[in-house]
Amino acid sequence: MEGNIAEMGQFIGAGLACIGMGGAGIGVGTVAGNFLSGALRNPAAAGAQTATLFIGIAFAEALGIFSFLVALLLMFAV
Amino acid sequence: MADEATSGFNIHPMDQFQIHSLFGDGPIHFYTPTNVTLWMGFTVLAIVALLVFGTRGRAIVPSRSQSIAESMYGFIYKMVEDITGKQGLKFFPYIFTLFMFVLVANFLGLIPTSFTTTSHIAVTATLAFAVFFTVTILGFALNGFKFLGLFWVSSAPLALRPILAVIELISYFVRPVSHSIRLAGNVMAGHAVIKVFAGFAGALGLGAIAPIFAITAVYGLEVLVAAIQAYVFTILTCVYLNDALHPSH
Repeated sequence: MEGNIAEMGQFIGAGLACIGMGGAGIGVGTVAGNFLSGALRNPAAAGAQTATLFIGIAFAEALGIFSFLVALLLMFAV
Repeated sequence: MADEATSGFNIHPMDQFQIHSLFGDGPIHFYTPTNVTLWMGFTVLAIVALLVFGTRGRAIVPSRSQSIAESMYGFIYKMVEDITGKQGLKFFPYIFTLFMFVLVANFLGLIPTSFTTTSHIAVTATLAFAVFFTVTILGFALNGFKFLGLFWVSSAPLALRPILAVIELISYFVRPVSHSIRLAGNVMAGHAVIKVFAGFAGALGLGAIAPIFAITAVYGLEVLVAAIQAYVFTILTCVYLNDALHPSH
């Protein structure tokens, strides 16, 4: 068991950054789930809102991608 | 990076994104032809082949390639018209070019041993900053200083408006960052996951059948992600363009 403490911090930090992906998962699930429950109540209006659905998913998902990016930066760029 | 002496279990998921010079091993300048240049060229050639040669026949009953080209054109045309209205149709060629480039680059990157140009933030940031500067300059050119009304939320209570203006301003300038990182991050993450599973398959020997099934499943997901991310990139471009054309808040 040897190695330097900065490297250990990199790995721990990258692992911690991955917690943010769970938040993005919750966000995307909320968007898609609410869309589905609304779409099942009024299927006639659902087709016109798919663009809004994808915009909402994209905004929620971007934050998960940011946390992935932080993990990558810690692993490969620091 | 970690010590790489561990025997027989070396996974290098990020090696596939390395940029090489096509000729020789010299230093890479901005004019050096690299594998990125090569695959961008293939992307443009594939788009030209689909759109120019596919629609050359102009048949009333379209061939398969003509049908694909026409349905893509119609899909993006309707999207631009729905989001930005009739004024936005002037920018349809630009948005259709962006969509086709991102879509075809994503799909070409899924061919095994090929190179994914959209996995590099340098590539996607160029596209995203082009959209950002287009929208900003266009907004001021069309609306003058009324474009700043985008940041002044007139429906909010007066006391809250300065705070909201700061938030809106920050979110406006984060747009090109999130716009580019969303595409590059999604593509890069998916390809890295495939490589990690490929590393498992290499290390397991005969037991590799499980990771191979996993690779197949992830690959199917990646085909979906490639199309959805091209769609999202385009639809966000339309939304940003709509802000420049109709800056009321």
